[in-house]
Formats: sequence, structure tokens, C-alpha cells
Amino acid sequence: MAYLVSHPDEVKVVSKRFGLDATNLDRYLELDGYKALQKAIGMGPDAIINEMKASNLRGRGGAGFPTGMKWSFVPKQSPKPKYVLCNGDESEPGTCKDRLIFEHDPHSVIEGVMIAALAVGSKTGFIYLRGEYRYLIQIMEKAVADAYARGFIGKNIFGSGVDLDVYVHSGAGAYEVGEESALMESLEGKRGIPRIRPPFPAVVGLWGGPTVINNAETLASVPHIILGGGEWFANLGTPKNGGTRLFCMSGELKRPGVYELPMGYNLKKMIYEVSGGMVDGKTLKGVVPGGSSVQILTPHEIDVAMDFDSVMKAGSMLGSGGVIVLDNTMCIVRFALRVTKFYQHESCGWCIPCREGTDWMKKTLTRFHAGGGVAKDIDNLKYLAENMLGRTFCPLGDAAAMPIISYVQKYRKEFEDHLDGRPCPFGKVAEPALV
Amino acid sequence: MSTHYPTKRSVLVPMLLYIQDEVGSLTDEAIHEIAQRTELTDLEVRNVVSYYSMLRTRPIGKYNLQVCTNVSCLLRGGEEIFQHCKEKLGVGNKQSTADGLFYLEEVECIGACSWAPAMQLNYDFHENLTPEKVDELIEGIRKKVQQ
Repeated sequence: MAYLVSHPDEVKVVSKRFGLDATNLDRYLELDGYKALQKAIGMGPDAIINEMKASNLRGRGGAGFPTGMKWSFVPKQSPKPKYVLCNGDESEPGTCKDRLIFEHDPHSVIEGVMIAALAVGSKTGFIYLRGEYRYLIQIMEKAVADAYARGFIGKNIFGSGVDLDVYVHSGAGAYEVGEESALMESLEGKRGIPRIRPPFPAVVGLWGGPTVINNAETLASVPHIILGGGEWFANLGTPKNGGTRLFCMSGELKRPGVYELPMGYNLKKMIYEVSGGMVDGKTLKGVVPGGSSVQILTPHEIDVAMDFDSVMKAGSMLGSGGVIVLDNTMCIVRFALRVTKFYQHESCGWCIPCREGTDWMKKTLTRFHAGGGVAKDIDNLKYLAENMLGRTFCPLGDAAAMPIISYVQKYRKEFEDHLDGRPCPFGKVAEPALV
Repeated sequence: MSTHYPTKRSVLVPMLLYIQDEVGSLTDEAIHEIAQRTELTDLEVRNVVSYYSMLRTRPIGKYNLQVCTNVSCLLRGGEEIFQHCKEKLGVGNKQSTADGLFYLEEVECIGACSWAPAMQLNYDFHENLTPEKVDELIEGIRKKVQQ
């Protein structure tokens, strides 16, 4: 099982109850459980949304959209039922944080969903988990059943006269379903193909009703904001980037793991101090700071504050919080090929730039890495990726294109080292197994 | 469960997965039955089945080794683990062993990045893998089955 790590610089908010047996409802209540929900009932929708806006909480799924603003887009009056949907389809490579939340603190997600439902006037919440997380689906289902048994969910919650239902729903293996409109399609029992926007889900979402969709970590932060106050949460981070974030450190580090650090924490410190630096004998080659979909940073570029705006300024994105650390033994072409294979496999095939572009990039990189590359391939890869950018239905096309452009720009020499039939300088040829 | 949703077909994805776990795979009979219950045509159900990577229409070995080779695992030897499994079991990607005991599959990120390299054995996570740990797991299953 995934073990927990800790570091003195951590500020535990979302991970406060990790390792404290909070899956047990009685224990959760001892740890201030369901107090935020009771407080939120007394506050009313407008006050909840104002508190969320004050918190500067931005979506933890990757896009970083302000949560309070998202909630305020939901129309007050709607002829169709409104819904709250928790996105627990965590599948961005490099990201393993939601898993810990579901495993250690399932009730906080339920509470977050319910507070969101109160804020937008919805009566139904869904928690969508990826199918691979079967043990977490069991934990969540038990948590929901326990909460129903105590009357925390269901009819007339806490004597407020409000009825609220929460259900757990399972996926069956698809990265694309992590995209919000594809997620709704999947929940409606269809292929996970994105929808065109506008209309946005906040207006026309699940079964045509207004829908709020938030990442599990975002929703797990909500009860803490309601109890501690928006201002307190905002002050934990940097301006416009409130609170803390679960950073998933992976790669050849001495102490990899999931650490909860304030927004704006320095990336270099995160690697060399919090995670203990590289394992002996290996040096840093580059860092992918927000899951495989974002641009790589070279070792000279990592003195950056990890919040949405600063990382953007540094030429990458904070994304999902998955910090992937590349060491000097990893061939960048091999890495690029693996990333591209992933997007080629996961492209839903709905729109052509993504379906054909990822496939073409994969074929080029496979040939290139095997020693069959020509000089023109390097610019072609970049040209191809640049022409996918912004031309696809959903962000998957961008996610496949952006990293490739950055690898070619920043590690061009290594691409050139593969030319003229020379074998990979790192001595490893990745065989394409996933087709 | 199907009463939670405003439309009948909404229950389809989890229903397919749970029935697959019971039956072993989504056989023609299973798909037909599901189609009737969700008031869809068999084709509409197949359309959904083909989209999701965990759903399959053919039976596989009893123990499904799903080895992640995505980037975080790649950096820590995920591809070598996958290669080791291939040699140990004598099968390729998406193949079952002759005795029908094991099935090997290369999968995308399973959310164990900080504990890489990792795999799922059916639904159980196994993390920080080494070739020795993999051998132990496989031998353990073989022994259990023989008893």
C-alpha cells in the first residue's frame, strides 16, 4: 500500500487526517468531521460562495480555475435538477494524490460535495472514481453508507429541511474521462467523448441540468475553508493562489512521496530538501512540474515558486501537482516516446488533429529512437505538435503537444545525437508494446 | 443502484465492469442481457465496451498482472519489470499463460507514481517493485493454486 511521508515544511490541511483512521465515521467526527457541513447549512448559499471566493482556492485538477467563481456561474433558478460531480478519475501520469484522499479521508470528499451542493442549490452529488481504484470505491461506498445511516446524508440533513443525496460511481479505465465533459458522458453511460463548449457544464451539464464539476482535492479542501475561513486559507498560499497543495514527487528521488506544501513553495527546495534530492550517483536532468501534460523545465529553470501564475511565467504549468523528476540516465527521446504513446493510446479519436497527430508523433518517435531518424524529423515533430495546439475539441490534444514542443526546444542536442543511424546514447531501445 | 440516475443507461459503465468481474468477460450473452436491462441495443452496449480499456469481450487468465510503464514508473525501471514479467511468464503483452493462470498487460498510469515501479494484480496494488518481488508474487500464486 501507498505509504505516507512527511516533512517539517509541510502545512497539513487536506492531509490533516491522513493516517488517523478517519475512514471510521466516529473517528472522523472526533476530528471535526461534518462540522463544516453544519456550519455551511447555517451560512446559506451566498455566504458559502463568498467564503470560497475569499479563499482563492483554484481547481486542483490541473486548469486552476477559481472554485468560488465556478460555483457562482450556476444559475439560481433552473427548470432541470442541478448536480455536483466530484472528479476522482485521477489518471494524469505522475499524479497519485486523490488516491490518498479517498483512502484516508473519504468523508471530507463527501462533505465537500455536500457543501458544494448547498452552495449551488443542488440535491444530488456524484463521486466518480476510476475503475482501477476498486479498493477506494469500496472505502467510499462504505463512507457514504455510514453517513446515510447517521442521517448526515439523505432527507432533512441536520434538521435543516434540506434533502441531499450522494452516490459513488465507477469508471472502467479511460484517461480522457478525466476531462469534465467526457466525464459527464461517461456518467451518462456513454463513450467518454468530450462535448463542445459553450454551453458550459455550469449551465448545461449532466442530463442537461446545471452541473458543478470539481477535482477530489478541491472538494476535500472545501470543509477546511468553511471551518477556518476563506481568509485564513488564502493566506496559506500566495496572492491569487490560496491554500496548500498535495505535490506528488516521483522519479529517482531519495524520499519520493506525496507532500502537502503551501502554494508558492520553491520547486528546487521541493526536490532537494523535501524529497531529499536525487538518489546517489544520479543528477538532475529536468523536471516536469505538473503531470505529463506540461512542459519540461531544465535544471536552470527550477528556482520557481510552485503556484499557477509563477509556473506559467516560467514556461510551464502547475497542472495536477505531479512533479516528475528526470535523472541523467533517462533518454529524452525515450521519455518523449513514452509520453506520446500514452496520449496516442488515450486519445478518444473524436477529433482528427489529436487522433492523427498523436499517432503520427508516436510513429516518428518510435522510428527516431530506434535509430531510423533523419534531421528533418526533429522540426517535423515540433511543427506537428504546434499544429495540434488549440485545434482540438478538448485539452488532450494540447496535453500531447505541449510537452513534445518543450522537449525538442530544450533538449535538441539529445535528439540530434540519435541521428545518422546511431543507436540511443543511453543504450536502451524501447519496444513499442502498447499499440 | 440504477435508481440513482434519471436515465436507465447511466448505470452502464459500472454495470459492465461488475458483470465482467462476475462472469470473467463480457460474453455475447452478458452484453445481450445488459442491453435488455438498460433498454439499449446490443450494438450500443458494444460501442461503450470498446471505449473503456478495462472492459473486454474475451476471457483472460485468472490473475491479471497489469504493469505500469508510464513515465514515473519508466524512470524507476517499470519497463524492465514488464520485460521481466514477460520472460518469467513466457507470454507477451495482453496474453494469457497456457495454464490460464496468468494474464499480462502493459497499462497506463495507475496512480502509484510516488511508489514506482508499480503494478496491479487484479485489483490489488503492488508498489516499489523489484524483479525479486515480482518472482515472489508469481511463485506465491503458483504455490497457492497447487495446494
